[in-house]
Amino acid sequence: MILSVEELRFLYRNREILNEIAFTIDQGEIVAILGPNGVGKTTLLRCLNRILHPERGSILLDGEDLRDLSTMEIARRVGYVPQRVETGRLTAFDAVLLGRRPHIGWDTTETDLRIVDAAFRRLSMEHLRMSYIDEMSGGELQKIAIARALVQEPKILLLDEPTSNLDMLNQVNILSTIAHIVQEHGIAAVMTMHDLNHAIRYADRFIFLKDGTVHTHGGHEVVTAEVIEEVYGIPVTIGELAGVRCVVPGEPVPAPGGA
Amino acid sequence: MHFADGEIPLDYLGYVRRKGLWLVGGLILLALTGVYSISVGAVAIPPIEVLQTLLGQGVSDKWDAIVWNVRLPQTLTAVVAGAGLSVAGVAMQSILRNPLASPFTLGISNAGAFGAALAIVIFSAGTMQSSVADAVTVTNPYLVTGSAFVSCLAATAVILLISHVRGASPEVMVLAGVALSSLFTAGTMFLQYFSNDAQLAAVVFWTFGDVGRATWAQLALMAVIVGVSTAFFIANRWDYNAIDAGDETAKGLGVSVERVRLVGMVVAALVTAVIVSFLGVIGFVGLACPHMVRRLIGDDQRYLIPGSCLMGGILLLASDTVARLIIAPYVLPVAVLTSFMGAPVFLYLILRGYRR
Repeated sequence: MILSVEELRFLYRNREILNEIAFTIDQGEIVAILGPNGVGKTTLLRCLNRILHPERGSILLDGEDLRDLSTMEIARRVGYVPQRVETGRLTAFDAVLLGRRPHIGWDTTETDLRIVDAAFRRLSMEHLRMSYIDEMSGGELQKIAIARALVQEPKILLLDEPTSNLDMLNQVNILSTIAHIVQEHGIAAVMTMHDLNHAIRYADRFIFLKDGTVHTHGGHEVVTAEVIEEVYGIPVTIGELAGVRCVVPGEPVPAPGGA
Repeated sequence: MHFADGEIPLDYLGYVRRKGLWLVGGLILLALTGVYSISVGAVAIPPIEVLQTLLGQGVSDKWDAIVWNVRLPQTLTAVVAGAGLSVAGVAMQSILRNPLASPFTLGISNAGAFGAALAIVIFSAGTMQSSVADAVTVTNPYLVTGSAFVSCLAATAVILLISHVRGASPEVMVLAGVALSSLFTAGTMFLQYFSNDAQLAAVVFWTFGDVGRATWAQLALMAVIVGVSTAFFIANRWDYNAIDAGDETAKGLGVSVERVRLVGMVVAALVTAVIVSFLGVIGFVGLACPHMVRRLIGDDQRYLIPGSCLMGGILLLASDTVARLIIAPYVLPVAVLTSFMGAPVFLYLILRGYRR
């Protein structure tokens, strides 16, 4: 068990966003956080590296309470890929090198440069490393952001909708790359997702959020048409196509009282 | 996790070396401009003899006096003020995530002008005397400088307070700066409306920033503050790089974004306040120099911060040299020339785009 969350409660301006959140994550697992818009998926993700501070509850990372760690110590253990990344006149190499920030003293060392070099190889994008990121496509930028989080050498990787702005090929590329890295390095990844089909295909465990709390939590067995309808309010059919389980949405149920 | 199979990236090292060379080139250009600036004027001193005088191998007492008492302090003041305004500008652009940010975004220039006007009009820090030789003289420069400085600090304090209540977000800081600028401008207009001719002339005269005003002691104080602030910004270069990549990314990298923003803002405000109080308002340098450097060597703060310092020094020094020569024997305040000198270069760099 690498991460354990207990009794987590988060307030924003005294309004309860999350409550009674509890789950655990093991090494080598990809966990999908699922649920409708505005349910608090991103908020939950940001609580996991204390970008946001929960009002109550404990988050243990490898047995250490996050509250006992400094922000730099957390950044050496948890990598974070936000939804939005800003660009600037920087080479891709410099942009990824920034991920060494939590490890850097006054200046970068040879080790830092070697690690960044290895990350570019690992993501098969050596050819991009001297390109300027303000001239890159969305897919390339997303890979840069992931590489930046990887060179933090984290034990756990948090990704906020990693495929939201990407085309089909890039979506599959990014997710399978993440799956390989998680397997190979024995880390864990937690990602918020909207696409249930991608979640089913790449995630090992699923956390369905509804009304600010965990509705259902578990492995593939919990992803059922009933759960999805309860969480998203739309009936679905789950079938199998080309050996892959997939979810097809039906017609929305009319709200009570017409409209 | 750990990546063990990386190699030293030679292409990247070459790229970094080239950036270093740009900085060395900037330093050489600054030194050459400095010697030229000292050598020209009402009395021309050959550059070789400028160097000899500076090295203490006095060629003549007269030149010793001109170099050490008149030209060197003015030259150094231009370099220090240019570097300070430019480094404050580059920090503000990063802190506020806004390419239009400058040392004056928080309303500091207007606050300084208001403080000076207050001292001149209300506390009569000098009955202004108009004479042919020197159009306007401020008879109590210490009171004017002090009042301008206090006013600058008051503006900074108000923004700090607002940031404390509403959170140190770029929007809050920029909007509060806009409000304060308007408030101080209105205050200055009010004072001007009720001042006599001499006072009005002195208030307007004060706002034309001029690097010829500073004494050696003031220059030393400015140099220390600019030096310490620059060292501070360089020490925080990784944090500014992280903030440039987006607040969320920066937080994920362990950077305390709000704290970096607030402390950086206070340091930038302090260095600006000192320069404005001693020299008056010198526009354009703080806004444009960082962008000139961005177009030459990119947005990496590791090179952008020292590069902006050099560019600021070069631009203000070059402007001041031209200001002293253009209608000699009369000397224009440098503030009149910075935009004339800088804007064409800036427009050219914008048209050309980033260097590849």
